[in-house]
Amino acid sequence: MGRLDASQLAAQACTRNGGDATRLLQVLIDVQEKAGWLSAELISAVAAELGVPRVRVEGVAGFYSFLYTEPVGNYRVLFSDNITDRMLGAPELMDALCGKLWVERGKLSEDGLVSVDTTSCTGMCDQGPALLVNGRPLTRVDHRRVNQIAELIRRKEPLYAWPSELFRVDDNIRRRDALLGPDQRPGEALRAALTRGREDWLAQMRLSNLRGRGGAGFTTAVKWQACRDAAGADKVVVCNADEGEPGTFKDRVLLSSFADQVFEGMTLAAWAVGAQRGFLYLRGEYRYLLDHLQHVLARRRSAGLLGNAILGETGFDFDIDIHLGAGAYVCGEETALLESLEGKRGTPRIRPPFPVTHGYLGRPTVVNNVETLAKTTLIALHGGEAFAATGTAQSTGTKLLSISGDCAYPGIYEYPFGVSIEHVLEDCGASDVQAVQVGGASGMTLASYEFHRRIAFEDVPTAGAFMIFDSSRDMFEVARNFVHFFAHESCGFCTPCRVGTSLLDNYMNKLASGYGAKMDLADIEWINRLLRQSSHCGLGSSAPNAVVDALVKFRPAFERHLRNLDFEPAFDLNAALAGARTAAGRDDPGAFLDREQETTR
Amino acid sequence: MSRQFLFDGQPVPFEDGQTILQAAHAAGHYIPHLCWHPDFPPHGSCKLCIVKVGGRHVSSCALPAKEGMEVESNTPEINGERRALLQMLFVEGNHFCPSCEKSGNCQLQALAYDLEMLTPRFNHFFPDRPVDASHRDMLLDFNRCIFCELCVRASRDVDGKNVFALTGRGIHKHLAVNAESGRLADTDFAADDLAANICPVGVILHKRVGFAVTIGKRKYDAKPIHTVALEEGE
Repeated sequence: MGRLDASQLAAQACTRNGGDATRLLQVLIDVQEKAGWLSAELISAVAAELGVPRVRVEGVAGFYSFLYTEPVGNYRVLFSDNITDRMLGAPELMDALCGKLWVERGKLSEDGLVSVDTTSCTGMCDQGPALLVNGRPLTRVDHRRVNQIAELIRRKEPLYAWPSELFRVDDNIRRRDALLGPDQRPGEALRAALTRGREDWLAQMRLSNLRGRGGAGFTTAVKWQACRDAAGADKVVVCNADEGEPGTFKDRVLLSSFADQVFEGMTLAAWAVGAQRGFLYLRGEYRYLLDHLQHVLARRRSAGLLGNAILGETGFDFDIDIHLGAGAYVCGEETALLESLEGKRGTPRIRPPFPVTHGYLGRPTVVNNVETLAKTTLIALHGGEAFAATGTAQSTGTKLLSISGDCAYPGIYEYPFGVSIEHVLEDCGASDVQAVQVGGASGMTLASYEFHRRIAFEDVPTAGAFMIFDSSRDMFEVARNFVHFFAHESCGFCTPCRVGTSLLDNYMNKLASGYGAKMDLADIEWINRLLRQSSHCGLGSSAPNAVVDALVKFRPAFERHLRNLDFEPAFDLNAALAGARTAAGRDDPGAFLDREQETTR
Repeated sequence: MSRQFLFDGQPVPFEDGQTILQAAHAAGHYIPHLCWHPDFPPHGSCKLCIVKVGGRHVSSCALPAKEGMEVESNTPEINGERRALLQMLFVEGNHFCPSCEKSGNCQLQALAYDLEMLTPRFNHFFPDRPVDASHRDMLLDFNRCIFCELCVRASRDVDGKNVFALTGRGIHKHLAVNAESGRLADTDFAADDLAANICPVGVILHKRVGFAVTIGKRKYDAKPIHTVALEEGE
C-alpha cells in the first residue's frame, strides 16, 4: 500500500469515528478491517489524522492480539486454545490443517495466503473445538471440516461464500429459570421502574441484594448509589461484555438471544444513577454479534427506549455506543476496560480512586457485567423482594453456568444460587468426574471430595465457567494450559505478573518435557506467592489459582513429571538440536539423542 | 495536632494527600522503589515498594496514608519478596553490570546490593533486544529496561515531546520511540531533555561520556542506596 492510500484509509476511518482520539482503538480496528494489517505507514497516517503522537498509536496497536503490525495472510485461522477445545482434539486438528495447507504454525505461508495459530478461549466451549477465521467463529471442527476449510482456502473462496453451516453458533440453553424462562417485552421492565420512580427503583435494587455476576460479587445497588452520589453531571454506564474468562460463554448467549434485556438493564442503570452515555464493550471474539446488536439498538431507539426523553420521561436521555475489543483478556478488568474505552492500552489503573467516582474520562462510571444488567430487569418487573426470594441469603437470584468439558450436554444452565456441584454434574450428564474448574482459569479447581459444595458467593463463587474433567484427564495439563493462558494475557505492567507468569509457564513446560525436579515445585510455589501478594490487579493475583489448587489436590499429577532429583537443569540437548533437525528436514529416530544412553553415560 | 501512622513500629506523621512512601521518606524511613520518582505521580509498576498494611500487601507509592495504619516494610518477609522481584527484573532483561556505563549509578544494581541479592535464582530469558545507536548524542540499550516509564512520563509531561511509549504486551512489552523508522535519530530527542537524564538504569545513555567518574567513586559505591536516596530526597 502506498502512503497516499494509507492516508486515505486513515482519514476515512477517523471520519467514521468523528476524529475522536478516544476512539483510537476503534479507528485501528476499522482501518485493519480494510487494509488487513497495520503497516508503519498506516500507523503514521492514523496518528497524523487524530493529532496524537505516532508512538502512542504504535503502543496501542502493539497491545491487542487481534491488531497486526506485521503482514498477515488473506486467511487467518486461529484455533481456540482453551483446555476444553484441546480435550476435543484441537491440537491434532490444527496440525492436520497446517499439514494440508503446507504452513508452519504461527508463520505466514510463503504465498501470503494463510496463517494458522492459536488464540485464547473464543467462548465456544459448548460446541468446540472452535476456531476463528478472519475473526468469524467456526464451531464443531473435526477432520471433515478441516479438509473442507483447507479446500476453501486453497480455492481462495471468499469468506462470505463459505457454507453458513460452518459458522452456526447454537445457544444450547439446557436449563431455564427466572431470566431465560419467561418472555419479556422490550420496555416492560423500564416502564415498571419509571412508574416506581427513581427512589423506589433504587430501593428495590437494594432489597434485591443483587451482586455482580462477573465474579467479584460486589453489591450492585451500592455501586449504583455511589455513582449517583458522586460529583459530576455526565455519568456513564458501561456494560462489560469482554467475556474472556476461559470456559465462560453465558454472555455470548445473552447477547445473541436476550440483547433487549441487556440494553434494558443498562437503561435501568442509567435511570438510577442519572447517566446519559452508555457503552457496551464487546470482546473482539464476539465481533460477529455486532450487526445484530446494532440492529437491536436501532429498534430500541425507534421504540423510544433509547435517545431523548425515554418513554416520554422529560430529562431521561440515554444512548448506547458499542466499542469493540481486540483480543485482550485483561480488558475484562474494569479499569483496564475503561482505559481501552478511552482508546489506550488496556493497563489496569491504580485504585483508589474507583470508577464510580473517576471512571471513563474521569467521570463517575458504573461498570456492570452483562448478566448483572440483564438481571436488573427482573427486579424492575417483580420487585426486589421477589428477586431475593430465590438463591441463598447472601447470593440472591439465579446464576447462569457455562458448562463444558466431559459431559453429555454442554451448554447454558440457569440455577438458583446454592445449587450443589453434584446436582449440576448429574443434570449435565457427567460421570466419572475427577475435577471441576469453577470460575474459569482464575477460579477454583474442585476435587471429587468437594462436590457437595455449592455455587454461591459464600462458598464457590463464579463468573459462570464450569469445566468438567473426567478421570482420563491429566490435571497437570489442565493447570499448564491455564498458566500458559495467563502468560499470554498478562498486560506486562507490573513486575510480578509480567515476569512471574512467564516464569511459571517455563517451569510447567520444563516439567511437561520430563525434566522436572522437586526444586522446581518449590520455585513454582514461591512465584505463586509473589503473584498473589504483589500483583497490580486481579489478573496477576488469580493467575496462580489453578496451579496452587492442582498442587494441593492433584499433587501426584505433578510428581509424575519429576525425575525425582533435587535439581535437574532445564537445558535439554535434544530440544537444542531441534533447529538442526528442521534445517536437515529430519524427524526420524536417528535424528534424536537416545535419552537413556545419554543419562547413563 | 498532626496525624500519624506506625511504620515498622515507629510513629510517622503525615499530611493529607501524602502516600505511605512519601510520609515514610519525609520521616527518614527508606522504602525501596524503582518506578517512583519524587517529581511524578505514582506509577506502581515495579512493586518494589510493597509493604504490608493490616496483613495485606499494598503499593506504598500509591496508597494514601491513613491515621492509625500499621505498616510493615523492613522485614525479612517483605525484603525477601522484594529480592525476588529484583531477580525477576534481572532475568527478564540482559543485565551485564561489569560492562555497563551505569554501573555504580544504577538504582537496580544498588538495590540488588542493598537487598543482598546474591544470585538471579531464576533462569534467564536472554531476550533479543538490539541497541539503537542512531542518535548523535544518545544511545539506547533496551537490554536493561525495567519498564518504569520514567522516560515516557518525562518526555510527555515535562519535555512535551512524546519521544517514548511502551508497545507490545506481557513479557513482549518493550520501549518504542516516536518515529516511523523506529530510530531515535528520527525523533526530536535532545541530550538536555529531562527524559534523557532520568533513566534509573542503563537504557538511556549519553554518548562520549564513558567513565567520566571512575568505578568506585560513583553514586552508590560508597554508601548504600537507602542512605543516598534519603540524603538526596530521591
